[in-house]
Amino acid sequence: MERKIRVLIAKPGLDGHDRGAKVVARALRDAGMEVIYTGLHQTPEMIVDAAIQEDVDVVGLSLLSGAHMTLFIDVARLLKKKGMDDVLIIGGGIIPEEDIPRLKKEGIKGVFGPGTLCEDIVDFIKKNVKK
Amino acid sequence: MFDEKELENIKKKKVDWENNCYSEHVKKHPERKKKFENLSWEEIKQLYTPDDISHLDYLKDIGFPGLYPFLRGIHPTMHRGRLWTMRQFSGFGTAEETNKRYHYLLEHGETGLSVAFDYPTLYGYDTDHPFARGEFGKCGVAVSSLKDMEILFKGIPVDRITTSMTINGPAAIIWAMYIANAENRGIDRRVIGGTIQNDILKEYIAQKSFIFPPEPSMRLIIDTFEFGSKEVPRWNTISISGYHIREAGSTAVQELAFTLGNGLEYVRWAMKRGLKLDDFAPRLSFFFNAHNDFFEEIAKYRAARRIWARELKKLGAKKPRSLYMRFHTQTAGCTLTAQQPEINIIRVTIQALAAVLGGTQSLHTNSMDEALALPSEKAVRIALRTQQIIAEESGVTNTVDPLGGSYYIEWLTDKMEEECYKYWDRVEQLGGVLPAIEKGFFQREIAKSAYKYQKEIDEKKRIIVGVNKYQLDEPIEIPILKMDEKGEERQINRLKKLRKERNNQKVERNLKRLRKAAEGDKNLMPFILDCVHSYATLGETCQVLRDVFGEYKEPVIY
Repeated sequence: MERKIRVLIAKPGLDGHDRGAKVVARALRDAGMEVIYTGLHQTPEMIVDAAIQEDVDVVGLSLLSGAHMTLFIDVARLLKKKGMDDVLIIGGGIIPEEDIPRLKKEGIKGVFGPGTLCEDIVDFIKKNVKK
Repeated sequence: MFDEKELENIKKKKVDWENNCYSEHVKKHPERKKKFENLSWEEIKQLYTPDDISHLDYLKDIGFPGLYPFLRGIHPTMHRGRLWTMRQFSGFGTAEETNKRYHYLLEHGETGLSVAFDYPTLYGYDTDHPFARGEFGKCGVAVSSLKDMEILFKGIPVDRITTSMTINGPAAIIWAMYIANAENRGIDRRVIGGTIQNDILKEYIAQKSFIFPPEPSMRLIIDTFEFGSKEVPRWNTISISGYHIREAGSTAVQELAFTLGNGLEYVRWAMKRGLKLDDFAPRLSFFFNAHNDFFEEIAKYRAARRIWARELKKLGAKKPRSLYMRFHTQTAGCTLTAQQPEINIIRVTIQALAAVLGGTQSLHTNSMDEALALPSEKAVRIALRTQQIIAEESGVTNTVDPLGGSYYIEWLTDKMEEECYKYWDRVEQLGGVLPAIEKGFFQREIAKSAYKYQKEIDEKKRIIVGVNKYQLDEPIEIPILKMDEKGEERQINRLKKLRKERNNQKVERNLKRLRKAAEGDKNLMPFILDCVHSYATLGETCQVLRDVFGEYKEPVIY
């Protein structure tokens, strides 16, 4: 049997807006993936540790506080440093268009703003995940 | 409410209409959908008539504005007497930048202030704390000490303008800074008016910016009730909030039920402390969301007024003011779309109109660019102008509760009230509000609704213009707010300087006294005020309370 895609949904920083993270977590689970949700208030170190522990294929970051340019990038760099180059990193939240090119360059392959349909995230993961 | 004979006649004619006129018509021209539902998934019929509200007694259930049960409004004249306060929630970067925005908004006709704090402040951390990394000034202004508060309100007449502050975990400390700033400017604390959100229950349920566990948090809140009713009589010491519950994905019914349920929980705690209901109840205020379903929102505000008045009366409130469900409204941030952001102006207009027709006391209208970033000056001005057009041009303020008496509105108001009581029964079965939080009941109910709503959008059962219908593939052209890049550095330097120049012996002494008081059961407000006056920082003061009270960790539920 083919191994299910394993996804870590994480909330870095102090932001408490968890509606999006929870909805996406459920949608990915309903799409047949294995989902681990970290809960709130995670430091980049905690997220990367969890990604290693859980041996995930995808890390999904959710942040609506505007701190994405610091915290998303911290997580991406730390994952790389720990040798998790194969992990697909995606992110979502209140993210201005102009921030997206820089995030992509830092390794956040998919950036999803408000109004994203869950099926688009599912498709994106299926197309881009390395297994 | 209707003459029995006349009602019988109406019922008969309605059956006729259904069987003949309506049925014949839909045979040839079917309705667009099999089932019409509002945002709480309540089925809505094609027509409402006197038959749907025949059980209501006008004098008992509807009545007059300014009189019990206040369904039609808390004041006899409502917006004919005084318009709602136009209060735009704002804050970003340094205190200097936000102060400039406040002056800008007041110059353009805003009538009250509303402070958004950044995440470190909301969690009681100073800007230089490691957990503050990346968060400085991002979704609000950073206030780490009385120094920042002084800058934030520079040139603003705090004796005349009321200020609402969205702060919960460290509400007592931030409020103390506001009081201290006024006092240092020679303004009596009895004169200042405003609101602290100070509603920790909805933090556990929805917004999640909590610090301490429930019991000590409730103690702090009751301390502010007690202190406020004696010392700062014009201050609303709590804003019991449904807004965030709704933003987290609840339905309108859940918002109504959970918010008023939380309100009664605060009342119970305050009474347990021995406070007199009529001393603190007049200073309880509410905060609701204005979402997309126009009539449902209006019915929600009306139902909230009637339920609150009834429950407070049951508890023994005597003053009419104790029975008032006074509320602020904000249009629903979660309905804003990043796609075609300009059309958010129309969404906000409809939502704001619902709040006004529902009898709000103050209103925030969201800016069109808020699904992308904090609002630019122009966007926030248009949002404010939206309120001004409703107030000055639309004519909806000419009479009180213009939708009162509509068969549909009265039926829906009643229905929402009924559903609210059903939720309260379920919470009671779980042992009350705090046990229900610990068991994750509210969190699970909200997550379920949020997922169902999103699924309907994904499946195009629910249409969001510009998102799953009428999409446009063109780049978004909207200017984004730019913040001072050197702001964080300046703020950290200010903090360092403050810690060096203040009387540190005095700070230490005051923090020690606060710790001792926190370990006992004295009202903490006077001790917090002493700390703040001596320029102890938010982080230092909060750390003392963290040491004594511990920190809350939430159950992970999705």
